[in-house]
Amino acid sequence: MTTDSHQIVTTVNGERCERRVESRLLLSDFLRHELGLTGTHVGCEHGVCGACTIHYDGAPARSCLMLAVQANGHAITTVEALAPDRDRLHPLQEAFREAHGLQCGYCTPGILMTMTAFLAENPSPTEHEVREALSGNLCRCTGYQHIVDAVLLAAGRLRESSPG
Amino acid sequence: MKPAPFRYVPAESLASALALKAEHGDDARFLAGGQSLIPAMNFRLAQPAMLVDVNPLRDLDYVRPAGNGGVRIGALTRTRTLERDALVAERQPLVHEAVPHVAHPQIRNRGTLGGNLAHADPASELPAVMLSLGARLRARSSRGERWIAAQDFFVGVFTTALRADEMLVEVELPAAPPRTGTCFMEVARRRGDYAMMGIAAVVTLGDDGTCTDAALTYCNAGATPVRSAGAAQALVGARIDEQRIRDAAAAAERDLDPPGNVHASKAFQKHLAGVLTRRALRTALARASR
Amino acid sequence: MTTRYFGAPVQRNEDARLLTGRALFVDDVELPGMLEAAFLRSPHAHARIRGIDVSAALKREGVVAVYTAADLGDYWRPGPLLVPPPPIDGIVFNERTQVPLAREKARHAGEPVALVVATTRYIAEDALADIVVDWEPISAVVDLERAVAPGSARVHDDVAGNVAAHVRQARGNYADAVKQAALVIKRRFLYDRGTSSPIETRGVVAHWEDKADRLTVWDTTQAPVVIRNGLAAMLGLSERQVRVIAPFIGGGFGPKIMMFYPEEVLIPWAAIKLGRPVKWIEDRAEHFLATTHERGQVHDAEMALAADGRILGIRDVFLHDTGAYDPYGLTVPINSQCTLLGVYVVPHYDSTFTALFTNKPTVTPYRGAGRQHGVFVMERLLDIAARELGLDPAEMRRRNFIPPDAFPYKNEIIYQDFTALEYDSGNYAPILAKALELIGYERFVREEQPRFRAAGKHVGIGVVCYVEGTGIGPYEGAKVQVQASGKVSVATGIGTQGQGHYTAFAQIVADQVGVDVRDVEVITGDTDQFYWGAGTFASRGAVVAGSAIHEAAKVVRQKILRTAAEHFECAEEDLAIANGAVAVAGVPGRSIRLGALADQANPTRGAVQPGTEPGLEATRYFGPPTGTTASGAHAMIVEVDPETLMIAIRKYAVVHDCGTVVNPMILEGQIHGGVAQGIGNAYYEQLVFDDDGQLLNASLADYLLPTALEVPRMDLAHTVTPSPLNPLGVKGAGEAGAIPAGPLFAQALENALELPARGVELLEIPLSPNRLWELVKGGER
Repeated sequence: MTTDSHQIVTTVNGERCERRVESRLLLSDFLRHELGLTGTHVGCEHGVCGACTIHYDGAPARSCLMLAVQANGHAITTVEALAPDRDRLHPLQEAFREAHGLQCGYCTPGILMTMTAFLAENPSPTEHEVREALSGNLCRCTGYQHIVDAVLLAAGRLRESSPG
Repeated sequence: MKPAPFRYVPAESLASALALKAEHGDDARFLAGGQSLIPAMNFRLAQPAMLVDVNPLRDLDYVRPAGNGGVRIGALTRTRTLERDALVAERQPLVHEAVPHVAHPQIRNRGTLGGNLAHADPASELPAVMLSLGARLRARSSRGERWIAAQDFFVGVFTTALRADEMLVEVELPAAPPRTGTCFMEVARRRGDYAMMGIAAVVTLGDDGTCTDAALTYCNAGATPVRSAGAAQALVGARIDEQRIRDAAAAAERDLDPPGNVHASKAFQKHLAGVLTRRALRTALARASR
Repeated sequence: MTTRYFGAPVQRNEDARLLTGRALFVDDVELPGMLEAAFLRSPHAHARIRGIDVSAALKREGVVAVYTAADLGDYWRPGPLLVPPPPIDGIVFNERTQVPLAREKARHAGEPVALVVATTRYIAEDALADIVVDWEPISAVVDLERAVAPGSARVHDDVAGNVAAHVRQARGNYADAVKQAALVIKRRFLYDRGTSSPIETRGVVAHWEDKADRLTVWDTTQAPVVIRNGLAAMLGLSERQVRVIAPFIGGGFGPKIMMFYPEEVLIPWAAIKLGRPVKWIEDRAEHFLATTHERGQVHDAEMALAADGRILGIRDVFLHDTGAYDPYGLTVPINSQCTLLGVYVVPHYDSTFTALFTNKPTVTPYRGAGRQHGVFVMERLLDIAARELGLDPAEMRRRNFIPPDAFPYKNEIIYQDFTALEYDSGNYAPILAKALELIGYERFVREEQPRFRAAGKHVGIGVVCYVEGTGIGPYEGAKVQVQASGKVSVATGIGTQGQGHYTAFAQIVADQVGVDVRDVEVITGDTDQFYWGAGTFASRGAVVAGSAIHEAAKVVRQKILRTAAEHFECAEEDLAIANGAVAVAGVPGRSIRLGALADQANPTRGAVQPGTEPGLEATRYFGPPTGTTASGAHAMIVEVDPETLMIAIRKYAVVHDCGTVVNPMILEGQIHGGVAQGIGNAYYEQLVFDDDGQLLNASLADYLLPTALEVPRMDLAHTVTPSPLNPLGVKGAGEAGAIPAGPLFAQALENALELPARGVELLEIPLSPNRLWELVKGGER
């Protein structure tokens, strides 16, 4: 069976990026190994655990279920883009630290990427709504309670600091 | 779990995509949302020699009113779009109710209606919905196009009536007659999992309150979504009361021959079909009566 | 000395890195020239290998090497026995440990048969399909009772009856108990467990640097020191030539302390042979077969009771599935045997188990490590007895608690640490009382449940108790050092997989040495940083490593005082350490920062006094003579849909006693995580094998880990009975949450559906809507 490769131009975390990739290279592998953005983690490669969640044109998607070639002409955002700089954290990240919303941290980037999008659409979620939004991300360490606490904490802070 | 090698072609137009499919037949697969295809490829259960990426065909991403009060949906419409679309919510409440059960938001951001239907997983929600709604599916190839009724579209497990050179391009959902009530329900181990059993129920009442039409289609009940003629027969032509509902449920349990799987035995699936029939009918009836 | 950090919910030092994606996990390691590996695994549960042809694979572009057992030469040998059989009279134990690559036959589906090394993992996987193996399938040993029956196939050709071990432990005389008993109940129990399924699978990266004569291995192991020692011995290197790094690990839970997995011993060997770094990352499909499980036991248990509900004796005979090999000895079934006794007085106890080889992946400890099985049997027997005697389940337990003045309480039988089982401290009645209060037991039983039932809702309640033997030896060590920067480093030999060692250990040191907890840098999981250690397992990190860290920190504190007293020419009593400096009390200006003091203690001129060492550092070890015993109670209110048998947990309460608490926030997280795994084990997770030993649900789509919608919000409370066995008074807590969910679900579901009155008892775990429906229907006949 033959393979081929393609020149792709994509925007990753706001930066233009041009590479030649084999057709079958998964987006998750492209981000992690080609671009060195190892914050996105791989847990299953069949779209269930959610650890690999990134934003594709601003919407959460599982990078293990996409090909690198599909990034051509599109924008990818990963967890590395959340914190404003090396010394500060995004309010959601800060809330996770305060509420102990992570233990081993492996599922965390995927959850952060899912939740930033969720909170942007649902700034005042109930606990049940948070759990529903979280149900596509598996965590084996925390039992989810502190994650939910962190998201609700962040939601409150983001509402306070948002204009209007 | 990395896919086997393949050649990748981003489609420049519908015509060129169809030409490639005509040339390569079953050796080529269309890549739409990829939410079913890519996992299969990662497990190496699917090893197409060529992927034709139809995501660039944005013209196939739409939800429009159909002339007769129905809705026309392009095959590349993301499931998440369906979830939020006002026209769908208003005119196709069965679709609106079923879509949140499809996997999770991240999957729905990418998955498409056309991809979901063409994948033809009998446990999936939307194929059953299409059957109960009497949807028509438009298939196109380099040779032309044709309409396929939903009941003829799903042929077997992961098998549709699409020929090797065809692509599903549109789904047309008819307008619901007045006094139609619908209900989608499923029992799944966890939210977003494939249903152990699911039902897409549609009932239509006449002016005198008797049932003039009923469609009850079940998910994970066979090699395709299974419409229970027996259950419908128990309802049509009479007022739907508790006894009729129980009769319909019993008929469904008789009609269905579910496959059974690691989560639910055949017997349990049949039992759940009965339970869901009763519950969905009560809800659909209440909605039809409003 | 006041404590500022110990016992406080201090935020974690490690979180910023993890939250921003700047934490190194094994798959993040990239090295120039690195190759990637894939393993050809047996598709058969049991089959002879007649021949392997790798020629086509070798021809594939990008493939650098393909190895089978024949290529390993002397390197091919069964792995070490990690835990020898316990010193119990009459024990039968057949050691059969895993091999690097299957040679004459494969003994479980997924057993590695060949190793492919290629330029990318993608190509390595392509090459797997090129390899042709001539298999001769043999009938698979799957069912435990058939495994021991005559005529069964043999997993190991020379082990008759597939008997891996036979162990009997007894205390008192059960026959006497029966003679005195007003009631004897007898039941068969099935307790099945599953796979730990951390979100990060296993992985190994090995790098042999020929010019430096050094091997570095990144490994998702919970025991880097032991791996370092073993690999050095196997590869003919000195321990000092090998560095094993367990960086950030995405969840351990036990199977990552199974050691010397085939992949673990082969990847370093291949890296040396090929002179290039080699990486192997286990994918999820492999994980289901290649990483160890815990699995099932079948118990025939009976309990003899007095008329007032006091236990007179228990006899239990059980079968234990150890899988294809038994490298971890008998830790899991011994834990079952011992933990069955629980928080109760059991005057006569007679427990026998037979561990059996089966053609399934090997069984080694997974969070709870066999305790679950024992707790299930005991708690279910108590519930059945309570019903027969007309006692409330909580009262039944109360009447049998070990009284608070009976500690240390000797249970006498041999525990997993090979010492006689002894509970150091405990007070169980307050735990139960608090659990009943948290769940609102009285109000539920008297008012709420009758209202629910009248409304046709099926809502039930359950409460169960358990012990968790934790904090066992042999030892751990730590080096605490004040650096010239004023920051304090702590190095210890164990690894961290998310349980917050970087913070909890920092808290212990910060209080002793008088620095901000954020100025304590904890290093775990790097054998170059600390030489000795056993590993992170059996809920022992805080107890054993924590105690060693505490001792070392105390010594450093003394050195600080002594050095500063010399510096200031004053008495040590006049000094105070705070905020990273030592000052003469009441004399402003006479203070020195710890970093500067550390410099003073490391002179570039003069002499270091004989009998002292330079710097402000100390290394100490802690080896507890026996483990500590944590305990707790869980309670749950659950609603069941009587038609679909789907459940909704309305309330879940945990009362836990793990002695002194280092960081309550981290402790809560451990309990939550444990309970989530317990809920998974009770109602969602099951490894489904067919009669040919094939795993039918080897994916996360069909092996059901609980999500945020299946795990409820939990109410937690603590009691504290400090352990007298270590300076901190701590007991372990890592596994507790996972232990009692099985019997809790059984009790609560029986209560919700009023099953006993309908002739149905729940004597097995896991349950599911399907299984519950079958059992309920069975009762209706």
